[in-house]
Amino acid sequence: MSTIYIDNKQYEVKAGKNLLEACLGLGIDLPYFCWHPALGSVGACRQCAVKVFKDENDTHGRLVMSCMESIRDGLHLSVSDKTAKAFRSQVIEWLMTNHPHDCPVCDEGGSCHLQDMTVMTGHDYRRYHYKKRTYTNQYLGPFIHHEMNRCIQCYRCVRYYHEYAGGKDLNVFAAHNHVYFGRERDGILESPFSGNLVEVCPTGVFTDKTLREHYTRKWDLTTAPSVCNHCSVGCNTIAGERYGQLRCITNRYNSQVNGYFLCDRGRFGYEFVNSANRITQPLIRNRTVEAVDEAVLMDHLRALLTNHTLIGIGSPRASMESNIALMQLVGKENFYQGISDNAVFVEKRIVEVMQSGVIKTASLHDIQQSDAIVILGEDLWNTAPVMALAVRQGVMKTAAHQALQNRAIAEWHDAAVKELVQQEKGFLANCTVSSSPLDEISSSVMHKAPEDLARLGFAIAQRLNMVLPVVQLNDDMSTPAAVIAAALQKAKRPVIISGAGYYNEALIRAAFDIAAACKATAEEVHLAYVMPECNSMGLAMMQASGFENAVLRTSRVNNVTAIVLENDLYRNVPAQIADVFFNNCQHCIVLDSLHNATTQHADVLIPAASFAEADGTLVNYEGRAQRFYQVFVPANKNMQESWKWLMKMQPVQTGSAVERSYHPEEVLAMGEQLLPRLSGITAVAPPRNFRVNGQPLPRAPHRYSGRTAMLSNLTVSEPKPKQDYDSPFTFTMEGYSGMPPSPLIPFFWSPGWNSNQAVNKYQEEPGGSLKNEHAGKLLFEYKQDATPVYFKDIPEAFMVRHEKWLLLPQYEVFGSEELSAYSKGISELSPSPYAALSQLDADPLSLVNGSLITVKIFEQVYELPVRINAAIPKGVMLMPAGLAGMPVMAWNSWVQIISIRL
Amino acid sequence: MAQFSAEKLNKVNEIIARYPAGKQKSALIPVLHLAQEEFGGWLSAETMDYVASLLKIEPIEVYEVATFYSMYNLKPVGKYVFEVCQTGPCMLNGSDDIIEYIKDKLGIKVGETTADGLFTLKTVECLGACGYAPMMQLGKHYREHLTKEKIDAIIEECERNAVTNN
Repeated sequence: MSTIYIDNKQYEVKAGKNLLEACLGLGIDLPYFCWHPALGSVGACRQCAVKVFKDENDTHGRLVMSCMESIRDGLHLSVSDKTAKAFRSQVIEWLMTNHPHDCPVCDEGGSCHLQDMTVMTGHDYRRYHYKKRTYTNQYLGPFIHHEMNRCIQCYRCVRYYHEYAGGKDLNVFAAHNHVYFGRERDGILESPFSGNLVEVCPTGVFTDKTLREHYTRKWDLTTAPSVCNHCSVGCNTIAGERYGQLRCITNRYNSQVNGYFLCDRGRFGYEFVNSANRITQPLIRNRTVEAVDEAVLMDHLRALLTNHTLIGIGSPRASMESNIALMQLVGKENFYQGISDNAVFVEKRIVEVMQSGVIKTASLHDIQQSDAIVILGEDLWNTAPVMALAVRQGVMKTAAHQALQNRAIAEWHDAAVKELVQQEKGFLANCTVSSSPLDEISSSVMHKAPEDLARLGFAIAQRLNMVLPVVQLNDDMSTPAAVIAAALQKAKRPVIISGAGYYNEALIRAAFDIAAACKATAEEVHLAYVMPECNSMGLAMMQASGFENAVLRTSRVNNVTAIVLENDLYRNVPAQIADVFFNNCQHCIVLDSLHNATTQHADVLIPAASFAEADGTLVNYEGRAQRFYQVFVPANKNMQESWKWLMKMQPVQTGSAVERSYHPEEVLAMGEQLLPRLSGITAVAPPRNFRVNGQPLPRAPHRYSGRTAMLSNLTVSEPKPKQDYDSPFTFTMEGYSGMPPSPLIPFFWSPGWNSNQAVNKYQEEPGGSLKNEHAGKLLFEYKQDATPVYFKDIPEAFMVRHEKWLLLPQYEVFGSEELSAYSKGISELSPSPYAALSQLDADPLSLVNGSLITVKIFEQVYELPVRINAAIPKGVMLMPAGLAGMPVMAWNSWVQIISIRL
Repeated sequence: MAQFSAEKLNKVNEIIARYPAGKQKSALIPVLHLAQEEFGGWLSAETMDYVASLLKIEPIEVYEVATFYSMYNLKPVGKYVFEVCQTGPCMLNGSDDIIEYIKDKLGIKVGETTADGLFTLKTVECLGACGYAPMMQLGKHYREHLTKEKIDAIIEECERNAVTNN
């Protein structure tokens, strides 16, 4: 700690930071543009000037840029100094000379850092009366709207996109007064992290194009803390609604999970909530009038739920509450995971490994802090994009730490650090089946079939711990194995990452063995397994058996009523297995939010609330339970949380007359009763009766407008606000207006800070943890003294088969995930089906890119264009996973090419 | 598409060889100068893409640099480019009048090229020859202590050269 004096007041601040960070951390308002806590300082915008004095007797002082000046013990500085203030207001006046007067029609207005900073410095009258420079804007794809005239040349966009996220197609052109930020020509931004430009840009140059389709000012949104449901990382988000429509997703900072950034699937995948494909009405099929109300539905269900064998099919994308409510309704022994046995097998192993507590699970924060990363058999870029972004930061930061050793340069000094680092990278071994954008920052790249990758993993572990069995590897693998093992041996904080993506259980074991072997030399070892969906880990922790077992069960019992929870089985198991299931079941009740192949088979179809209309808990890949809150009450009363519907079915089934409503925490408590493994999950968030000073927390900001008028086309009197009995929130602006505890932040706002940059005010220090941070509840416990039990059975090497190919999934950021694919922009960017092959396999068949091949998978014939990728190992064929019209769960089977059209 | 001759390609490789292996991007500025000289005094998108391919970098990395420096012309220019200094010392010595005179005489505005494709007028910042103000750069040479008469002579000289060279 250092003592500094700001305007003659004494403060204790953390050494090693810069003055801007110190001031902001102390809650002092100081304007800035080019500095960003995740990007560091470059001193470009000159906006954060303060005066620094030699000592307490110095009255003259000198102007410095606070973001470029280190904290020194005993330093005297002034923020309110007259010259410093004049300088800052002059800088903003220059920046504003060319800025258009279009705030009323600008999407950024009301959540604009430039507006906030202009007001903060007091610049209010334009003296510049010449023509402003103008630009031509570019088309940047379905997510980002470009409006260059508003640019103030802070360079944050290129520093983020180019340097932080590794994107290549956004850059800066020209000089002086006509600097241009954009692509080389019109076109879709290539990086799947482009959406963060919206929040990184301090003004309205880059804005959310999906929000533009149904625009609402930030102050008019009703928002709630949410958790992304488009992959297993569980990024924290803020979801905003107006007029019963979900309007946008913004980032919700969490120091342990997503930090400042989201991926585009998470940010723009929300539109499925507003999709025309939503199920809106309970249906009882094969009746004259199929649409029914709740009373008729419940009455009808009585016959189905009694005198029948109930079978519950859970879901990896439904909340814990919904899965638990289903288990409670049907009984533990009748509850099945709605995923194939193969997936269950792999995920069960992951849970076992995590449960053993031998290795700590890696949070994204841990990954960013690591000094050597090994990815073993997971296509991170496409299955957990934000984790890939964290890996990139880990690699960059390690290089920076190495370069800064014995040098008196602070880590936040971005330009100097970049200059020192040049092209150096920290250690990353990316060992996967096919090429990935992570390859170019990897020290060691390997593309092999999953079995070989597992063997590589075991071989690395053996090199770290000689007691383990020796794996015979070819030269092309034994050298990299030695290199990776040597790097891990030197590492203090290694992270090993694998996942369920290739449905290969040996990979899970191999990754564990490497991590366990690292424990001897490292200070801290972390392990992460990527899971397929947002609540896959939660469902796997419920320890139920897979879907094929449910099918077996239905073939033995003939009066089955199946209840399928938010699960399109035709995506999770091969179609013929799902068909058998529906044939076997006497009745089938399906709860879901969108129509799909499974809902077609429902005798009774019940509309489920999407994440935006629901309260619930998701368990991410780390076993971190996180609560998401209902954003709005849909006008359609039929859209209720699945767990609510299921809890309502309970008295119907038992014939009890007592009807009562349940709250999420009560359902979670039931889960703890049913499954000791879930113990502690009720501590995921403050209870529903949590109050601050006796007040609930408002979802709407105090400036929310139009409340009395927005429904006047329906009724002239303002309707009674909706009540929320399940959470500490109100649906209006009434309630406690101060800072809520960290899991209950519905929006970032502070006086004078209307943009998301207000997050500074919610943090202990810029870029640090939130005040009183409660970053979810970790369900796996690390056991300091647990001794690792190594897995010693090593799989056979991958053998290429004659004229047959091992079929594996190729995940796509856009398209592979079910719900986001219903959002317009995401579906626009989804690829069309293809089959990818190695050059070595293509040549003998004279295949070229675009040649059509016909393959037969599970009796189904597919004709697909060929994509040749030199990185794919010989004997392996990749097909995009999760795309409509593509095979389902045929992975790891062997396929033959029936015919070829060149 | 226009390409460097074998001789010029050697020159390019010579420039690249000045920098450590893998840092061939460092050769960008001299190679762009060479390309501008070779391909009609300006850099078309096609030329810049060609340079990118020679240096094995992305075209966007070339555009970024080429657009930054005013020494690179991104539009076609005349055979003779008058780069008149307009910084303080030259201005005090009458560069404004010189620029006006050239504009009138050639019938073009700053940044434009005459219809016959002979002359382009550009204004530039200090060229480090303040002692000889007002001055301009023409090709590789400085023309100093400019007067209207000198401008007349220079234009005449260029026109003559253009005829003889053709």
